[in-house]
Amino acid sequence: MTPQERRDAKTGYLALSPWMVGFVIFYAFPIIATIYFSFNEWTLAEPPIWVGLDNYARMFTRDPLFVSSLRATTLFVIISLPTKLVLGLMLALLLNLKIPGMNAFRTIFFIPAVISGVAVSLMWIWFLNPDTGVVNTLLSYFGIRGPLWFWDLHWALPSVAIMSIWKVGGAAIIYLAGLQNIPAQLYEAAEIDGASKWGRFWRITLPLLTPTLFFQLIIELIDAFKIFTEAYVITHGGPLKSTYFFLYYFYEEAFRNANMGYASALALFLLVVILSATVFVVRTSKGWVYYEN
Amino acid sequence: MRIDPARLNASEQLRRSTRQRRAKMLVWHAIIYAVMISLACVFMLPIFWMASTSLKLPRELMAWPPEWIPSNPQWGNYAEAFGKYPLARYMLNSAILVIANIVGALLSAPVIAYGFARFNFPFKNVLFILMLSMMMVPGHIKLIPLYVLYLRLDLIDTYWPLILPAYFGSPFFIFLMTQFMRTIPRELDDAARIDGAGPWSILYRIIIPLCRPALTVVVVFTFLWTWNDFLEPIIFLRDYDSFPISVGLAFFQGRYSIEWHLFMGATLVSIIPILVVYFFAQRHLIGGLAAIGIKG
Repeated sequence: MTPQERRDAKTGYLALSPWMVGFVIFYAFPIIATIYFSFNEWTLAEPPIWVGLDNYARMFTRDPLFVSSLRATTLFVIISLPTKLVLGLMLALLLNLKIPGMNAFRTIFFIPAVISGVAVSLMWIWFLNPDTGVVNTLLSYFGIRGPLWFWDLHWALPSVAIMSIWKVGGAAIIYLAGLQNIPAQLYEAAEIDGASKWGRFWRITLPLLTPTLFFQLIIELIDAFKIFTEAYVITHGGPLKSTYFFLYYFYEEAFRNANMGYASALALFLLVVILSATVFVVRTSKGWVYYEN
Repeated sequence: MRIDPARLNASEQLRRSTRQRRAKMLVWHAIIYAVMISLACVFMLPIFWMASTSLKLPRELMAWPPEWIPSNPQWGNYAEAFGKYPLARYMLNSAILVIANIVGALLSAPVIAYGFARFNFPFKNVLFILMLSMMMVPGHIKLIPLYVLYLRLDLIDTYWPLILPAYFGSPFFIFLMTQFMRTIPRELDDAARIDGAGPWSILYRIIIPLCRPALTVVVVFTFLWTWNDFLEPIIFLRDYDSFPISVGLAFFQGRYSIEWHLFMGATLVSIIPILVVYFFAQRHLIGGLAAIGIKG
C-alpha cells in the first residue's frame, strides 16, 4: 500500500464508521438477539428460560391464532398484490398518454400513496360506514343494500384489500418512470414494420417494463406481508380474527402480552416467509424479466 | 398564372384529411379526459367525503339522503376540533421528530456515501453488499431486542428510539447518495486537491453542493416516513402528550366515541403538511423513486 492508498483507506473507514456502529446496534445485535430469544420463554419480569424448540413446536402444532393470522395475511397478499400490479400498470399506461394536463392527473392519483396509514384508515372507516358511508349510499341509489364492510366477517379482509388497492398510484408512478425510459425509436421502428398497437404493447412495452415490474413486485410483496396499521386502527383483527394479520399478532404477543420469546419466534417466522417469497420471485425472474445485454 | 386542377384537388384532399384527423384526435382526447376525470373523482371520493363531513352539523351526519356539499358549511368545526383534541400538540411532536430525523439523515448519509463512492479500501464491496441487504430486512424483526435495550437504558417514553437510528445512516439513503455521487466527475475532486483541499473540505465544499437533488429526496422521504410512522411510536412511547399525530389520532379513535364531523376535520388537518410537502416536492419524489426503481 502506498501512503496515499493508506490515507484513502483511513478516510474511507472513517466515513463509514457511523454506519458500521449503526449496523452493529440497529441490525446485527437485534437480529441475533431475536434468534436467541426465540428459544426462550421470557415475559420481561423474570430472566429468560431456555426452552429449546418449544416455541416453534407450539407455533406449528398447537396455536390456532398462528394459523388464522397466517391465513389472513396470505389471503390479503393474494388478493391485493396481483390486483395492484395489474391496475397499477393500466393506470400507468393511461397516465403515459401524451395529452395536455396529464401532470395534474398524476398528482391526483399519487395522493393516496403519500398519506399515512392512520389517516387513510380513519378516512375509510367513515367512507365505508354501512349506514352513512358513501359507498353504501351510492349502492342504495341502485336499490342495492351494501355489505357491512369492515364489520362483516366475509367483507372485512376484502375491505382492507380495497383500501390498499386505493394506493395503487404509488406503483403507477414507478411504472410510469419505467414507461418513459423505453426508447421512442423502438415504437417508430415497430410502426414502420406494421405492428398493431396491441402488438407493440405485448412485444415492446411489456418486455421492456419487466425490470420495473419485478422491482415493484418485490417491494409490494414485502410491504403486503407487513400489513399492520389497518388491523390496529380499524378492525382490531376482527370480526372473528378475519383480519388478524401476522404482524398484528406479533405486536400483541410482544407488546401487550409480553411473551417476548414466543413473539421472537413469530417475528423470525415472518422474516423467513418474506425472504422465501422474495427468493422465489427472484428465482423465477430469470424466466420473465428482460435485461438488455 | 394557371393553377393545375389536379394539384388543387390534392391540396384540398390533404386539407380534408387533416381536418378529419384533427376531429378524430379531438374525439379521442375527449374520451381520455372523460375516463381520467371519472377515475380521478372515484379516487378522490374518500378524501372529498372526509372534507365534506368535516363541515357538517352533527345532525347532518346521519341525514338521509346525505348532503354531498354541506349547504351551510361549519368552519367553526375546525376550531372545535383543535379545542377537543390536542391536535396542535401532536403536530408539534411530529414536527420535532421530523426535524430531528432530517438533521440525522443529512448528517449521516452524505458522509457514509462519500466513503463508498470515492475511496478504496479492503472489504468495501462486502460492506456495500451488506448494507444493501439490510434494505431487505423487515423492520419488525428488530423491535423486541431494541425495545429491551431501550428499556434497560431507560429510553422508553423518550424520543431517542425514534431519532437515534437516523444519525447512523439508513441503507436506502446511503445507497441513493452513493449512486448520485458516482455521477459527479472525479476531476472536480482532483482540481480541489491540487489546490490543497483535504478530503472533508472536498466533500463539504464541492460534492455536497452538487448533491442537492439527492439531498432533496432524502429530506422529502424522511419527512413523509417520519410523519406517517406508526408502529415504532406506539411501541416506544407511552405518555399521551408525547404522541406524534398518527398515534394521537388512532388513540382518540380507539378510546372515545367519536364525533365524526370533528374527527374528520382533525384527520384532514393531519395530512395537510404531507400534502404541502408533496405538492412542492413531487418532481423530486418521483425522480428519486424512479432512480431507485430503475437502477436498483
